[in-house]
Amino acid sequence: MPSTEVLGWLRTRFMPHIWCPGCGHGVIMHALIRALVELNKDKTQTVIASGIGCSSRMAGYINACTLHSTHGRSLAFATGVKLHKPELTVVDVMGDGDCSAIGGNHFIHACRRNIDITAVIMNNNIYGMTGGQASPTTPAGAWASTTPYGAIDPSFDLCKLAEGAGASYVARTTIANPKQAETFIMNGIRKKGFSVIEVVTHCHTQFGRKNDRRLPIDNYRYFKEVSVPLTKSKTMTPEELAGKVVCGEFVDKDVPEYTEQYAKVIESARKKG
Amino acid sequence: MFSDERDRPEQRPAGPTARDVAFWQGNTALAHGALLAGCNFFGGYPITPSTEIAEVMAEELPKIGGKFIQMEDEIGGIAAVIGASIAGAKALTATSGPGFSLKQENLGLAYIAEIPIVVVDVMRGGPSTGVPTKTAQQDVMQARWGTHGDHGTICYAPSSVQECYDLAIKAFDMAERFRQPVLILSDEVVGHMREKVTKKDPNKLKIVNRVRPSVPPDKFTPYEADPVTKVPAMAAFGDGYSWHVTGLTTNDWGFPTNNPSEIEKKMLRLVNKIDKGRKEIVEYEMEYMDGANVIVVAYGSVGRSALRAVRDARTRGIPAGFFRPVTLWPFPGEELARMALGAKIILVPELNCGQMVLEVERVIRGRSEVRGMSLVNGELFKPSAIRRMIEEVA
Repeated sequence: MPSTEVLGWLRTRFMPHIWCPGCGHGVIMHALIRALVELNKDKTQTVIASGIGCSSRMAGYINACTLHSTHGRSLAFATGVKLHKPELTVVDVMGDGDCSAIGGNHFIHACRRNIDITAVIMNNNIYGMTGGQASPTTPAGAWASTTPYGAIDPSFDLCKLAEGAGASYVARTTIANPKQAETFIMNGIRKKGFSVIEVVTHCHTQFGRKNDRRLPIDNYRYFKEVSVPLTKSKTMTPEELAGKVVCGEFVDKDVPEYTEQYAKVIESARKKG
Repeated sequence: MFSDERDRPEQRPAGPTARDVAFWQGNTALAHGALLAGCNFFGGYPITPSTEIAEVMAEELPKIGGKFIQMEDEIGGIAAVIGASIAGAKALTATSGPGFSLKQENLGLAYIAEIPIVVVDVMRGGPSTGVPTKTAQQDVMQARWGTHGDHGTICYAPSSVQECYDLAIKAFDMAERFRQPVLILSDEVVGHMREKVTKKDPNKLKIVNRVRPSVPPDKFTPYEADPVTKVPAMAAFGDGYSWHVTGLTTNDWGFPTNNPSEIEKKMLRLVNKIDKGRKEIVEYEMEYMDGANVIVVAYGSVGRSALRAVRDARTRGIPAGFFRPVTLWPFPGEELARMALGAKIILVPELNCGQMVLEVERVIRGRSEVRGMSLVNGELFKPSAIRRMIEEVA
C-alpha cells in the first residue's frame, strides 16, 4: 500500500487508470513518486512531461505540473520548460517507441546538450497502446502484430545510445527490482545534467501473449532470471551475456549542464551589449 | 503607411533620430517587434528565407535575460516554444514552407491546449523544397487548415518592413489575449527587403499579457473560460499551480474526456472565442475605394504592387480601388463585401495558383465578378501587369 506521502502525489480524480491489471507502469510510477517524496520535491515546482503511449499517461496521474505532449516530442517540450525556468525539476516519462523511434532525434540531442532533465524510459519492447506492434527495442526473432514472421531487425541498446550521445547519468534496472528503480531515479534527479534511467518492464497483454510470457508473474520470473548486475557482467563473455539484461549505473559523470552554460551566455551578452 | 504621404516628404515630422528610426530588413524588424512585445524565448531551426529572425534573437535575447535555443529540428523548435510558454514565457518560432509543414503537428497541440505562441512563416515557393530563395504566397490555406482538426486561426500578412515590426507586436498581443498560436505569414520579398522603420516608444506602448488565475491553487480550474472572453486564465508551471496540459480533448478540469457534451463544449469554444473576438483581431487597409468599379484585393508583398497599379489606374481615369487584408484569418470578408457593393469586378492577384480568391468568391457570393490572377514563377507582380488587367476589365 502506498504511503500517505505517495498518495498525495496521485491525481485520484484521473483514476481508474488505463493500464491493464498487472502492468509494470504502475511499479515504475510508484518508484518515481517515492523518489520525488524522498527528495522532498514540491509538486508545484516539479514538471512531469510525457509523449504518447500507455507509459505517457503517467503524467496525468501524477499531481504535479504535468505536460502530456505529442508522440516522441516530450523532451523537446521539456527542454523549453527547463530552459525558461531552470529552477524547476523536470522529469520526462517515456516509452521505448516514444523515446527511440519517433522521438529518437530529440532523445540523442537532449543527451548531447546535457540539459538537466531526468528521462525515465519504460521499455516493454512493444507498442502496447496500439495493439502490439514491433518497436525499436523488440528483440530480433520476437513476435509482434507487425512481425508475424518474427522480427528481423536488431534492437537498440538504449543505455549505450544515451552514453554515446553524451548523457551524464545512465542506468538500467527492471521492474523486478523496484527499490533499485527508485534509487536510480533518485540519483538521476539529483544529477545536474541529462539523466537516463531505463526500466525494463513488460506488456503481458501485447508482447507476452505472443512470446510465452502471458501472465505478469511470468515476466517477473523472466526478469529475475535474465538480470545481471553490471559488476558481474564484466566477468562474462559476450556469448554468456546474450539475452541478458545488464542492470546498474553505466555512466555517472560531471559535465557542463546546458542551462548553466546558457546562464554564462547571458552574462557575456550583457557585458558585451 | 504607404499612402500618398510617402511621396510628399515635406509632410513628414521633422528631425527623426537613430533612436526613433531604423533601416532594417523585414526579418530583422519582425524580430525587434517581437522583442518590444515582450518576447523572451525563441526556439527554432535554420531555414531560408527566415533565418535572420533566429539570428537576431540569438544575439538580442541573452542581453535581456531571455533564452534562445537552436533545436535539433523544426518539430523541436515549436515544441520548445510551447514548453517555454507553458512555463510563462512569451515565445516565438520562425520558419518557412518545409518547416511550417513540420510544425503543424505541435501547432495542433498549442491550439487544443490553448498555449499562446507566435509562429512566423516567411513564405517561399512550391511544395517540398521548392524554390527556397524566391517569394510566394502558397501557404495561405495551410495557415488556415494545416494542422488536423477544427480550430480558430489568427494570421497576419505584413506587406512592409514597418508592418513586420508592428504586426509582431500585434501577434503577441493577440496570442496572449486569446491564448492560442498566432501566425505571421510573411514572404521572401517582405522578409528580405530593407525599408525605414519608425520605432515605438516602449514607455508609451501598451502590451497585452495573458490573464493569470486570480483564485488560489486549490480553487483553480485550468480550462474554465471567462464567461465574456471565452478564454480561461492561464497559470505557468512553477508559479504555484499544479495543472495538466494535454493534447487530448479535455473538460474544464483539463482531464481527458469522452463525454459528448464536454467534447462539444471544448471544440465550439476553440472556434467561438475567435469568432467573438473578431473585431479585436481583424485589420485591413483600403485606398481609393470611393466609387471604385474595379477592386483589387491583395495581401503581403503583392499589396505593394497592387496599390501602385490602382494609383496608376486612377491617374488614367479608371475608377479602381484597393483592399488589403492585413489579417488573412479571420478573413475580413464582411468588410470587403460591404465595401465592394456595386463594384463590377474584383481582381485577386496572388503568388499562388488561386487560394485567397476562393475566400473572396465565398464572401462576394456572386454579387460582383471575381477574377484571380496567379503568378508562380518566384517573382513579385509588376504593378504594370496588374494595371493592365485593371484596364482590360474596367
